[in-house]
Order: sequence, then C-alpha cells, then structure tokens
Amino acid sequence: MLPEQAAIRRAAAGIGLYAGAFGVTFGAVSTTSGLSLTQTVAMSALMFTGASQFALVGVLAAGGTPFAGLSAALLLGLRNAFYGVPVTQVLGQLGVRRLWTAHFVIDETTAMAVAQPSPRVGRYAFWATGVTLYALWTLGTLAGALVGGGIDTHALGLDAAAPAIFLALLWPQLSRHRAPAVAFGAVLVTLVLVPLVPAGLPIVAAAIVAIVGGLPPTRARPTVEET
Amino acid sequence: MSLWVTILAASLGCYGLKLAGVSLPASVLNHPRVQRAAGLLPVAMLSALVATALFDADGRYAADWDRLFGVGVAAVALVLGRSLVVVFGLAIATTAVLRLVT
Repeated sequence: MLPEQAAIRRAAAGIGLYAGAFGVTFGAVSTTSGLSLTQTVAMSALMFTGASQFALVGVLAAGGTPFAGLSAALLLGLRNAFYGVPVTQVLGQLGVRRLWTAHFVIDETTAMAVAQPSPRVGRYAFWATGVTLYALWTLGTLAGALVGGGIDTHALGLDAAAPAIFLALLWPQLSRHRAPAVAFGAVLVTLVLVPLVPAGLPIVAAAIVAIVGGLPPTRARPTVEET
Repeated sequence: MSLWVTILAASLGCYGLKLAGVSLPASVLNHPRVQRAAGLLPVAMLSALVATALFDADGRYAADWDRLFGVGVAAVALVLGRSLVVVFGLAIATTAVLRLVT
C-alpha cells in the first residue's frame, strides 16, 4: 500500500526486538525484587511505560514507600501526557478512540509517528510500532518473570540495565535548553538527600529542580518594546 | 498500601496522564512555561534515577564498580551514537564479564 510501510515495519521490528530484550530484563529484575509473576506482567500490560515501571520497582526494591514509588512513576510518566499534542496532530480527531489510543502514547510510538512525511503514514507508524512494542514488551516481561527466579540477575549484570537505559533516554534530551544544568542540579539534590530521607524521595525531590529550571523565561523580554 | 494497590494506582495514573495528553486542548499543554518544566522533568527524573542506581545503597553512598564500569561503557557507546540495543547490551555484558573475571 504505502511505499513507506516496509521501512516502518523494519523499524518497528527493531524497536520491538529491543523492547523484548528490555522486557525480559524488567521481568527478571521485577520478580527478583519481590514482585510476583502476575504483578510483574500486569505492570507491563497495564502501565506500559518502561521507565516508570523500572522506577517503581527500583524504589520499592530499595525499601522506598509505595507513595515514593508511585510518585516517581507518575512524575516520569508525565512526559507521555505531553506527547499527546504531537500525536493528536498526526492521528487527527480521536473521539472515543482516544480511550485505547492513549495507552499506546509512549516515547517510541510518538517518535515514529512524528517522523513520517504525512499523517497517513504517521498513523500507520504509530500503530505498527505500538502493537509490536506492546506485544514484545509484555511477552518479554513474561519470559523474564518466568526465568527471573531461576537466574542469577547479579551475575548476568542485569542491575546495570536500568541505569544504562535511563542514561540512554536522558542522552538525547540533554540538548534541550537548560537541560545540562537541570541534570547536574538533579544529581546534586538527589545525592545530597540519599542519606537524609527515605529511599525513593531523593528521586521525587529531583522534580523540583525541573520545575525551578522551567519557570524563568528562556530569553530576557525586550523591556524597551514592552508597553 | 499493598503492592497490588500501588501497581494498579501507578497503572491507572500513567494511563490517566496519557489520556489527558490526547484529550486536553493543545493550548493547555503548549503553554511555554508548562512546556519548559515538562520538558525538563524527564531530564531531572532520569538523572536522579541514574545517580541513585549508581551511588545509593540503601541510604548510604556506595558504588558497585562493575556496574559503574558497565554503565560507563554504555555512556561511551551513547557518545559514539550507538543504538539503544547496543547501549543496553554493552552495559549488561560489561558488568557480567567484569563479575566473571574479578
């Protein structure tokens, strides 16, 4: 049909492959952190936003309160809300379809949808990526959760997966205005708080750095021309 | 709050945020101040998560050198513009190999 379809399917398969591997890691890490198999798979199927899932499991595993884990997951999931604007520009009026479309609005689907030359191709890219990713992420999680108890996640170095992925997600965002300063500030605030407050809260506190960093206008207003 | 309640609340919350994004008028989310703070939020959260994953051991400062080195190799791969799969694979593999040989 569309000439771009083959290329999109290839890209979606690549993303899905990575998501599957990442899902296996999540499944293994989550079950070894004390969550049950059902809870682990339910998270991937229902939350379907990897960074938030890893944050929640990480905070809980570190002994953080459910509230701290929940806050970290939601603060990190907030970015998906802002993907709504570009996604609806590509997908058009959604009406009641937004109820199930919303579930698939994540980093990868947004990036794939907006990268296409026309809304029609964008729509195809959104759904091709979304469905592939969802299937492989959830199946990967199940596989990881099944073997999770039987493998030595420490020996396999799986504890390095989460920080590496967080870093990889952070990397392209550092080009954003003020991002390096905010990243530095967030690390500083977090590390200072580590021995002082319960686990999880240092991460939540880092959100304040973003809000403070985002408040001032990006450029000094031309005061002369203001009336 | 039980584990299930936390998981379901987080799932519902994350879905609610996605739904709000595709439902709210663009003008709300496009407000420059909101945009700037929201754009910087993942930067701050992800930086904080990297920092705690590397240097926080149950409320004490500690570093697992194998993991730190693995993530360091991943960072080099990022600088070199490698894909997520490579970055992810290198971090795990480096950490695992270091643990095997040390």
